[in-house]
Amino acid sequence: MTGVLAPLPVLLPLLGAAAALLVGRHSRLQRAVSILVLSAVVAVSVALLFIADANGAAAVAVGDWPVPVAIVLVVDRLSALMLVVASTVGLGVLVFAVGQGTADGDEDTPLSIFHPTYLVLIGGVSYAFLAGDLFNLYVGFEVLLTSSYVLLTMGGSAPRIRAGITYVVVSLLSSLLFLASIALIYAATGTVNLAQLSLRIAELPDGTQLLLHGLLLIAFGIKAAVFPLSAWLPDSYPTAPAPVTAVFAGLLTKVGVYAIIRTQTLLFPDGALDDVLMWAALATMLIGILGAVAQSDIRRILSFTLVSHIGYMVFGIALASTAGLAGAIFYVVHHIAIQTTLFLVAGLVERRGGTMATGRLGGLATASPLLAVLFFVPAMNLAGIPPFSGFIGKVGLLGAGIADGGWAAYVLVGGAVVTSLLTLVAMSRVWTRAFWRPPAQAASADTAAAAARDAGPDDGPEDDPTGADGTDDDGLDLGPAGGATSTTEARQSGRRGGWARHVAVATAAPEGGEGRPSGGDDDRDPSLEPLPAVMTAATGVMVALTVGLTLIAGPLYGLTARAADDLRDRLPYIEAVYGEQVPR
Amino acid sequence: MTAALVVGLLVASGVFLLLRRGLLRVVLGFVLLGHAVNVLLVSAGGMQRRGVPLLGEAEADVAADPLPQAFVLTAVVITFGITVYMLALARAGDPGATTGEPAPGEDADRGGEAADLDQRTEGGPS
Repeated sequence: MTGVLAPLPVLLPLLGAAAALLVGRHSRLQRAVSILVLSAVVAVSVALLFIADANGAAAVAVGDWPVPVAIVLVVDRLSALMLVVASTVGLGVLVFAVGQGTADGDEDTPLSIFHPTYLVLIGGVSYAFLAGDLFNLYVGFEVLLTSSYVLLTMGGSAPRIRAGITYVVVSLLSSLLFLASIALIYAATGTVNLAQLSLRIAELPDGTQLLLHGLLLIAFGIKAAVFPLSAWLPDSYPTAPAPVTAVFAGLLTKVGVYAIIRTQTLLFPDGALDDVLMWAALATMLIGILGAVAQSDIRRILSFTLVSHIGYMVFGIALASTAGLAGAIFYVVHHIAIQTTLFLVAGLVERRGGTMATGRLGGLATASPLLAVLFFVPAMNLAGIPPFSGFIGKVGLLGAGIADGGWAAYVLVGGAVVTSLLTLVAMSRVWTRAFWRPPAQAASADTAAAAARDAGPDDGPEDDPTGADGTDDDGLDLGPAGGATSTTEARQSGRRGGWARHVAVATAAPEGGEGRPSGGDDDRDPSLEPLPAVMTAATGVMVALTVGLTLIAGPLYGLTARAADDLRDRLPYIEAVYGEQVPR
Repeated sequence: MTAALVVGLLVASGVFLLLRRGLLRVVLGFVLLGHAVNVLLVSAGGMQRRGVPLLGEAEADVAADPLPQAFVLTAVVITFGITVYMLALARAGDPGATTGEPAPGEDADRGGEAADLDQRTEGGPS
């Protein structure tokens, strides 16, 4: 059964992408195709998860070649769980994106490239999760990265291209490092099959092992945005359209985390670099969250919390205990869902309030109670307030850290608690500013001082995700101390134009923004634009899913514990690939 | 030995170009780095054995290892695609492209980007 189902999460999206390209002129049909395909992928992934959990890991040798030679797809509990979460989140975001397209009155002129690219992205993510050898893992990474380049720079506005260049250069560098380490691993062991490597790497001299281990960790660390290698993320993610940022935030870094889990458990179980990972985790958590507290743009805040919470997962991995790994896997599941949802909500906030800057938002809670609830629940979940899944994941990780007992683990436990508190600070700042305070206060606060703050270091023009080309030039003249009201207003209208263009580009839709009055205070009234039904529904379902994680937390944690057991044991994976006769 | 020297030279020039300002130079740097990794992959299969890797054509101990060559083939295709994409980005990110003035990633263009970079460092996260 697994033999039939395992290739489908890769095949279906790729074939679906081809179909979506073919029907590119019929936007309705195209949407139907992509939603249908992703629903099928979700169904297949759920089936795979149940089979994997019941029968243990299974492998498919593509083309029925004998095993160490064949390309293998391996479905174990970890990869099946990742597939389920990734495809579900992918489907939710796709529905949101479709809703965004529809809401913008976009029936005749679709940006027909979005759906195929998006499907290829999901196919690449699935391939990375299923790949049973390093080179196919590399190919999976390249497939998802290449489509992410296209998605990130879609529309080709200046800030997006600038962010895209950073992103492409960094990703390419990490891919080259990964490829170089594959070459070295092949030279040292003569294979790239993960199961075979797990047997052969142990025979290498310690120094060689350490070199290969370090190279792989650096390559994956860049992709996962672990601290010294995370600076690219907050600069590149926020510029993309809301659904794209959401799916990037949810899935792409987690593929890196997945790869780190695989290398740490399967290839290098000695844990030679666990201490390094510990400190990297601490630095990732603290520096990421301090960045979030310093920001004033909602998407940038969320990007920094994304970086910060990667630290939790790395912490769990670095503990190298079953409890730590189980906590890390649970946290990955939780964080994929929650971070995606928050970025979707941020997309709604931008639609409703017209800006992402917390300095200019206000009164959203009265204007749109539904939106407030949609933001509040996942925000508290992210901060780890009980009874949400964030709390459960953090408690699991903290428990694993205390059980570890080393002083470094205790320091990390402390760091994790501080990070959680600071996440709460960052989230409640967004809440009080954008949702809680009356709109009038936001308007009056929008004076020279506020403008200076918003135009200041955190939210500089070149970082402004919504700024169009013209805005940038204005912004350069407007130093932090500047802020005559006229300049401010000009800048705002420029920004609003930029935003309208941003939305238009995001969904290839002629949004009404250009025609609206700009620069006046009245168009800041958030009640003017009702929330689009499909987008809100998609976000609502995602929020419900994140809350649902609490309800199924018991069985889910049991599953992640079993997955962690498998990983630590290593034999289930190796036996799945080799069948009964494991060499030596 | 030759392969090692070639890889070293390619990496050195690639990294040098990568650290330059112009996007065009960065792209060229990546092309060089990509070549370096490809040579590394080929040499991972052993440089001495060069026989045809077909059954009956050559003995197993002189036949070349086909696997790294397949890797390189894949990597070359990927690198080529991304190089083209980056060149397109360089063209699209170039202000001259919209006004019709030819300024393909050269110094005039760099001035603007450098100013942006300076601005970013000055106004970095506080």
